[in-house]
Amino acid sequence: MNRSKLSHLRQLEAESIHIFREVAAEFEKPVMLYSIGKDSSVLLHLARKAFHPSPIPFPLLHVDTTWKFREMIEFRDNLAKEYGFDLLVHINADGVEKGIGPFSHGSALHTDVMKTESLKQALNHYKFDAAFGGARRDEEASRAKERVFSFRSENHRWDPKNQRPELWNLYNARVRPGESIRAFPLSNWTELDIWQYIYLENIPIVPLYLAKERPVVERDGMLIMVDDDRMPLKDGETPEMRSVRFRTLGCYPLTGAVESTASTLPEIIQEMLVARTSERQGRLIDKDQAGSMEKKKQEGYF
Amino acid sequence: MSAHTQTAASEIDQYLKGQEEKGMLRFITCGSVDDGKSTLIGRLLWDSKLLFEDQLATLTAESKRVGTQGGDIDYALLLDGLQAEREQGITIDVAYRFFATDKRKFIVADTPGHEQYTRNMVTGASTADIAVILIDARKGILTQTQRHSFLVSLIGIRKVVLAINKMDLVEFKEEIFNKITKDYQEFAGQLGFETIQPIPLSALKGDNITAKSENTPWYNGPALLDFLETVQINETKLDQPFRMPVQWVNRPNLDFRGFSGTIASGTIRVGEGIVEPSSGQTSTVKEIVTFDGNLEEAFAGQAVTITLNDEIDISRGDMLCALQDRPATADQFEAKLVWMNEEELLPSRNYILKLGSSSTLARISSLKYKVNVNTLEHTATKTLALNEIGICNLALDKAISFDPYAENRQTGSFILIDRFSNATVGAGVIDFALRRADNIHWQSVDIHKEARSEQKGQKASVLWFTGLSGSGKSTIANLVEKKLHSKGKHTYLLDGDNVRHGLNKDLGFTDADRVENIRRVAETSRLFVDAGLITLVSFISPFRSERQMARGLLEDGEFLEVFVDTPLEICEERDIKGLYAKARAGEIKNFTGIDSSYEVPENAEIIIDGSKASAEDAADQIIGYLETKGFI
Repeated sequence: MNRSKLSHLRQLEAESIHIFREVAAEFEKPVMLYSIGKDSSVLLHLARKAFHPSPIPFPLLHVDTTWKFREMIEFRDNLAKEYGFDLLVHINADGVEKGIGPFSHGSALHTDVMKTESLKQALNHYKFDAAFGGARRDEEASRAKERVFSFRSENHRWDPKNQRPELWNLYNARVRPGESIRAFPLSNWTELDIWQYIYLENIPIVPLYLAKERPVVERDGMLIMVDDDRMPLKDGETPEMRSVRFRTLGCYPLTGAVESTASTLPEIIQEMLVARTSERQGRLIDKDQAGSMEKKKQEGYF
Repeated sequence: MSAHTQTAASEIDQYLKGQEEKGMLRFITCGSVDDGKSTLIGRLLWDSKLLFEDQLATLTAESKRVGTQGGDIDYALLLDGLQAEREQGITIDVAYRFFATDKRKFIVADTPGHEQYTRNMVTGASTADIAVILIDARKGILTQTQRHSFLVSLIGIRKVVLAINKMDLVEFKEEIFNKITKDYQEFAGQLGFETIQPIPLSALKGDNITAKSENTPWYNGPALLDFLETVQINETKLDQPFRMPVQWVNRPNLDFRGFSGTIASGTIRVGEGIVEPSSGQTSTVKEIVTFDGNLEEAFAGQAVTITLNDEIDISRGDMLCALQDRPATADQFEAKLVWMNEEELLPSRNYILKLGSSSTLARISSLKYKVNVNTLEHTATKTLALNEIGICNLALDKAISFDPYAENRQTGSFILIDRFSNATVGAGVIDFALRRADNIHWQSVDIHKEARSEQKGQKASVLWFTGLSGSGKSTIANLVEKKLHSKGKHTYLLDGDNVRHGLNKDLGFTDADRVENIRRVAETSRLFVDAGLITLVSFISPFRSERQMARGLLEDGEFLEVFVDTPLEICEERDIKGLYAKARAGEIKNFTGIDSSYEVPENAEIIIDGSKASAEDAADQIIGYLETKGFI
């Protein structure tokens, strides 16, 4: 390696580690939001790097909507065992009691109750003053302006018009009791950076990212995988086996698959380099209306 | 593995090897409102093929709906992230955009051109390696161009691209390009740029963006992207002396004690000597630890954990430095300060100063002048408002280590945080250390505070009376002093009005002067407490932070805040001095309770209900408190 230059991935890595250490040093009770997706996998890997040889000095929190792909949950539990991190799983018990789900109540209400509300419940319950997230600025227009240390009010709201200026690598970690900071170590990473880094560092990811024959139905132009028998099939709908993979992972009824034969990381990266659709395209919740992500974030959605 | 995957694997291996060599460049684009900044960045994203079909579909639809290009694709829409801003048709915050070529990954800070947003530009420039300054070829150099260039230079950027845009609208005329270039070079002479690269562009049409344009055969320089891909950056960072602010002490067990941080400059090898300059302790490097194995050598930009051969006391906020070439360590320095908050700077107020990993209290000990960003003229000033830039001296609570910003952007920059609102209110770059403080040592004396207090049969303390004008503070304080005196106690009463006739007669009633007023009184009462006196201070003292500052000057338990809680209506009704009437009539400005705020104490030791208690009762309540707590 050229001694005088760190490659872009090593620079991004160092920047993320710096952010992890700042938060660990400045806050009393940080937590890492762990969504099991590829960005979370990179986040976890970087956290292990940042504190080595110490263990990660904060717990991981998974907000389980109960509608995640089964393979995600399996992956999560195996990894927790293998790495020995402290895993907290939170499910919105009210939502479960009311039987909230994406099929019965629609994506908006389901996401609001089982994800946004549930996250707030967990943050309030454990009284975390900082929460790491895996969001990247390249994901969506409103994220491009979000700070690395992003302030949240007592109600977990983000105020895009009133953000703290953020200069150099000096982060303002001051909050009053009840307020918190969302910290985004992957702010400056792009989707391609993430994949390259996963390959370079051999980071474990959920197999759903790799193409395989899976049972899917086509709905509203999206390929939805039939992951369990809770999915009601419409008249004339029969799941068919197609070679698909996922570019993002979330609740299976809300996550569109893409047809692909890329069954290895190199193939995925190759596909990325000629990709014609951005990764959020597979997410139903962004499509509601222009600016929808911004609205959700103000309300406290990650 | 199939033959197909093998090919993919080897191709990707090749590709990833190339990526290992790929560098990163951060740049900022600055220009006035209609210079076409957003269009330029949109164009770079477009031309580096970083747009996806669905983004294009959205862009096309949005261009028709709200675009400014008459239905043609409006690249600027890609950049305007927030909905409200999009509707106003302007960007008003810093947004970061990403694109990559085979040679480099680029991070672009897009910042607005409006005057009121100096804050955002300085923010975007703080992490940038170079700046792209846009100029509309039809307009030439504007006041804004000068302002942007000054800010870019202030923040330490030494290489700029002069992007002379909209050349298509002046028929790609060479004379126009040459004239603007010459004008700029003349003006920028004083700004200390190393490189100025003028490029004739049309962001909208794509001329000289990724490739040399046929429309400018007279131009021999690089296309914009060529320049961005090849311009040298960070050449000197490795040759600078070693600096690593300690972020986090890594202690997994009793056998391991490492110091984690990101190397700000220079290189370090196992066995080399280091010093922690604020304590002067030295040691040698035992190991450079990373998750991927120990290193023999580490350099600027890497995040590592260093262990030492000696057990020395180092914690977050300290800095590991080269033995031979140490930073300055001082509690005073001169700096250029950019004010970033709607609430103006209050000299004498203590702010939290964050530099590297250290946080300390700091105040502006002298504000020399402010700089007009348009004319670069200096003007005397007592404060700084939002987006103003001042040259000032700062005095810190304790000595910290730093370098002049011109030598090191990482260890020479700081932010100021308001302790009460927690807002980031200022950003500064250090010019040089001031050594004066080193020459004024505390005179240690044999007779100390305790001895003086004991002789008087009391525990020295401050009774700090706060409340609105007319709340009854002075009346009660007077009575308390009488009662203490009759008990043979030694007291002194500092009254707001009286002090303003002497010690503080040079001060008015602006926020800045009010803060200084309180600072002087707090320092005076500290001396009186040192003399063993029970000191009564009767001041409106409307701001929480200044009362907190006074409290901070004294030892724990010496400061007793007495909140005379009388509602505004009652105070105004009493209006003993006739001041409320004048304030209501507009004859007095900045009157507390009328057009200046009073921040109610949160943790007062004694609260007097001024609407119910008589002065006599209130005085007894206070004497009772002093007796129970053992002050008298």
